[in-house]
Amino acid sequence: MNSSHRGLLFIPAGFFLLMLLLLGKALFWNQREIPSALLNRPLPEFSKPTLDNPNQTITAAGLRGDILIMNVWATWCPPCHAEHPHLVRISENEPDLVFVGVNYKDDAEAAGEFINTRGNPFAYILTDVDGKLGIELGVRGAPETFVVDREGFIRFKYEGAIDENVWQEKFVPVISQLN
Amino acid sequence: MRASRRSRLTIVIFILLGGVAILFLLRTAFDEGLNVFFTPTEIAEGKAGTNQNLRIGGMVKQGSLKREGEGTLIQFIATDFNADISVVYDGVLPDLFREGQGVVAEGRLQEDGTFMARQILAKHDENYMSAEVKTALEAAESKGAAIPAMQQ
Amino acid sequence: MIPEFGNFAIILALGLSLMLSVVPMLGAARRQLQWMQTARTLTTGVFVFMLAAFIALAWSFLQDDFSVAYIARNSNTALPTYYKLAAVWGAHEGSLLLWVLILSLWGFAVSVFSKDLPIDMVSRVLSVMGMVEVGFIGFLLFTSNPFERSLLNIPTEGADLNPLLQDFGLTVHPPFLYMGYVGFSVAFAFAIAALLSGRLDAAWSRWSRPWTNAAWSFLTIGIALGSWWAYYELGWGGWWFWDPVENVSFMPWLVGTALIHSLAVTEKRGVFKSWTVLLAIGAFSLSLLGAFIVRSGVITSVHAFAVDPERGLVLLCLLLLIIGGSLLLYALRAPVVAGNSVYGEQSRELYLLLNNIILVVSMAMILLGTLYPLIHEAIYGEANKVSVGPPYFNTLFVPLMGGMSFLLGIAVFTRWKRTPVNHLISSLRPLLLLSIVLGLALPLILQAEFKISVVVALALALWITATLLMDIRNKVRNKASFMNGLLSLGRAYWGMQLAHFGLAVIICGICLTSQYSVEDDVRMQPGDEHEIEEYVFKFEGVREIVGPNYDAQAATITVTKSGEPYLTLQPEKRRYRARGDVQTEADIDVGLFRDLFTALGDPRGDDAWVVRIHVKPFVFWIWLGAFFMATGGVLAILDKRYRRERIRKNSRLDNSSVVSNTIAINEAGNVSTKSFDSNETRGLVEERV
Repeated sequence: MNSSHRGLLFIPAGFFLLMLLLLGKALFWNQREIPSALLNRPLPEFSKPTLDNPNQTITAAGLRGDILIMNVWATWCPPCHAEHPHLVRISENEPDLVFVGVNYKDDAEAAGEFINTRGNPFAYILTDVDGKLGIELGVRGAPETFVVDREGFIRFKYEGAIDENVWQEKFVPVISQLN
Repeated sequence: MRASRRSRLTIVIFILLGGVAILFLLRTAFDEGLNVFFTPTEIAEGKAGTNQNLRIGGMVKQGSLKREGEGTLIQFIATDFNADISVVYDGVLPDLFREGQGVVAEGRLQEDGTFMARQILAKHDENYMSAEVKTALEAAESKGAAIPAMQQ
Repeated sequence: MIPEFGNFAIILALGLSLMLSVVPMLGAARRQLQWMQTARTLTTGVFVFMLAAFIALAWSFLQDDFSVAYIARNSNTALPTYYKLAAVWGAHEGSLLLWVLILSLWGFAVSVFSKDLPIDMVSRVLSVMGMVEVGFIGFLLFTSNPFERSLLNIPTEGADLNPLLQDFGLTVHPPFLYMGYVGFSVAFAFAIAALLSGRLDAAWSRWSRPWTNAAWSFLTIGIALGSWWAYYELGWGGWWFWDPVENVSFMPWLVGTALIHSLAVTEKRGVFKSWTVLLAIGAFSLSLLGAFIVRSGVITSVHAFAVDPERGLVLLCLLLLIIGGSLLLYALRAPVVAGNSVYGEQSRELYLLLNNIILVVSMAMILLGTLYPLIHEAIYGEANKVSVGPPYFNTLFVPLMGGMSFLLGIAVFTRWKRTPVNHLISSLRPLLLLSIVLGLALPLILQAEFKISVVVALALALWITATLLMDIRNKVRNKASFMNGLLSLGRAYWGMQLAHFGLAVIICGICLTSQYSVEDDVRMQPGDEHEIEEYVFKFEGVREIVGPNYDAQAATITVTKSGEPYLTLQPEKRRYRARGDVQTEADIDVGLFRDLFTALGDPRGDDAWVVRIHVKPFVFWIWLGAFFMATGGVLAILDKRYRRERIRKNSRLDNSSVVSNTIAINEAGNVSTKSFDSNETRGLVEERV
């Protein structure tokens, strides 16, 4: 009828803009972090035989009290081969940390051969032949490395091969916080 | 134009009546449906009344879950590591309910200080820390509570 | 190779949709026939490449290609093949791919079924859909690419599909829901095209109607499937929770329902044009809002996807462009209709207007309830959190729908323009009395507990049914024979009546199941019995079973009915191996008049379990009614008049006349553009077209 009616047609756009402002604001309030599957959770309970002595078993509770670097590896995994020498050097430089290897879905003989010829960075090597521990840890592939604090909580998880750069950038800050 | 004016009047009356009805409904709806969020600390400080719908968030205290009674009644302690609140719930717990993990409960505060939950909420995504639990823990932390580990 | 191929297909689709959003639109503005003619080809191209991308992802899922990050996160070698396919849309990236695929499918459908439309209209409509496609294909490609590889460190095993989603209901729920959501883009594109060309006429509303009906029918089925899934999969025995994600699917449905009715008025009587356009924009905007809320995590909900604020921000910008732009266009170009009403007080127009008001008010109330926690935080600060529970929604929604159901009965009887009041009262009064009496009598006859809410709901359902039967009788009465009369009524009419009858069925289902359900959570030891009405449930104990990718504890519950052995139910508590998630699987005996619902709660020591045992009368009617509604929508699309229209136009038009037609129309369009501020001229243009 007249121009005042046209003004009414702007109401929906106005409402929409208000709502958009609200949603935009809410988007930044609720920046919730999604931690990876097991982050900040206790290490799952397990009891696994070691690689060198199948009669000796290691439990999660038995490992508590130290900061653990748990490395999931296998001989069938090419990045693990690449990672190994770095891991050996890093473990030599970090005497305060307990390096635990989880030999994942692997052949024990081949794994023993691998360690014997290339050096052993680990204090303990657990064998996870059926991959059950891997599943409990939410492992998606090898290598993967977990940092576990003294109370037995997983604090950090890294997927992929580690070298000195990765160690300095990703692991050192996390570990220094735990000390 | 007389007919048109009369119909316009009817329309205005209808709009007014409808508006009043909607506002009345809205008022009732908010009274019944709104849950105000409180942390265990705030409840301990007496900030929440017994006559309103509440939503509380916190961690289920380790070892506090009692479910051995005769019926289906359950009792556990929700904590923000600063204050505890005892929660009573009658029914089936959600699949993701676990000790040492976050919980959100809706219900009312009883005279004796326990919280009678109408509903226990669980998230479908385990990785997720509900906003309520996070707020409760952060608030408690700022007051000096020692939070052991964010375990949710 | 296959994932790269899929990735490449998305890039090509993006390129084609960019061209689609520009070339035909410019062609329509400049009256370049060749430019306009690219619209159909480009639309087909976008669809073909999106389909190729989708097939590539599905194929990679079947091949367990865990080098694709999305597949590694959402599949597993132990996952049954059927669920590997369903896992394609099991999380954000894949479901967005499905969303875009369906968007391009609707575009393709428009290009195929629009042979009788003037080419400039087709090119504008397809071009608007192309613009939406550009936005969402870009979003898919740059923020949520499902084909992203993690080549350096290929996982040997996938993390598995969320067990809640490993279920038949869920595999079909998203495709239907998206068909509905995205389907409103067609009505949206028609509205925008009409605004752009300045031709909001009967033809525009007639073209929009079947598309709106189709989208609405899909959305109805999609929502019903979601509710059905929640009912048996969440293990709570509830079928609607007023969860934010449910609400955002329900809001476009309400506006879509309003749009269907408003389009009818606009087509038949030429009024409510601006309102109808607003609803068409609104239905699709609410669908987009739903996509934003589900995918950005602003509102926490049980089925929200993983949260990524950056994605949320991009989506918000898309919303601003698409919805903000179209609402601005609406404000500038929608016709401002003069105030004198051309319909009487007791006219069908008036009742449809009331229907629209109630539906839109209901939507607004749900929107308010859904966003209220955010509004509250915005006003009182972040520490002051509130949540809005189901009582809020029930308090508002039930009376509004009650009022609408009552008006529906009258509306069916009214005529366009004006209905004699005496005739209305004399024919409706006996029906109203009959409904009230039967509503009172039914609970007594069935020996159920007397509840006033049940009486009201039954009376309303009977009222809807009685008025629609009477209307059919009135229409058939003058025909030569009863059967002849029924056949002469036309599919659109039957569609309308079936959909309205569906509403009556849903009202019965909702009311009876919420008022008369027996919902017991009982602690049971092996051998314990629990009696509900004529059923006795005996808990035989729990045993371990091994599924393909889970281990479960399965209870055996034997049921006797009036002392006779009836059946055995086996609810399970599953633990999925890959993630260790625990999932309750209810076991339900579905019946037309009642469901027996059992689910395992938690163990309470001494072999005792808490067991949920529910007897839910008429719960099936909720989904039955939704099915009637959707079928009604489909019947309306199949109405002869749409086909007749097409045949007539096809036979009349050859290529040359298409061209001349187009130009004539464009002249008209141009006139309206140039002299836009002068309402008189525009009125003339509308009359001429």
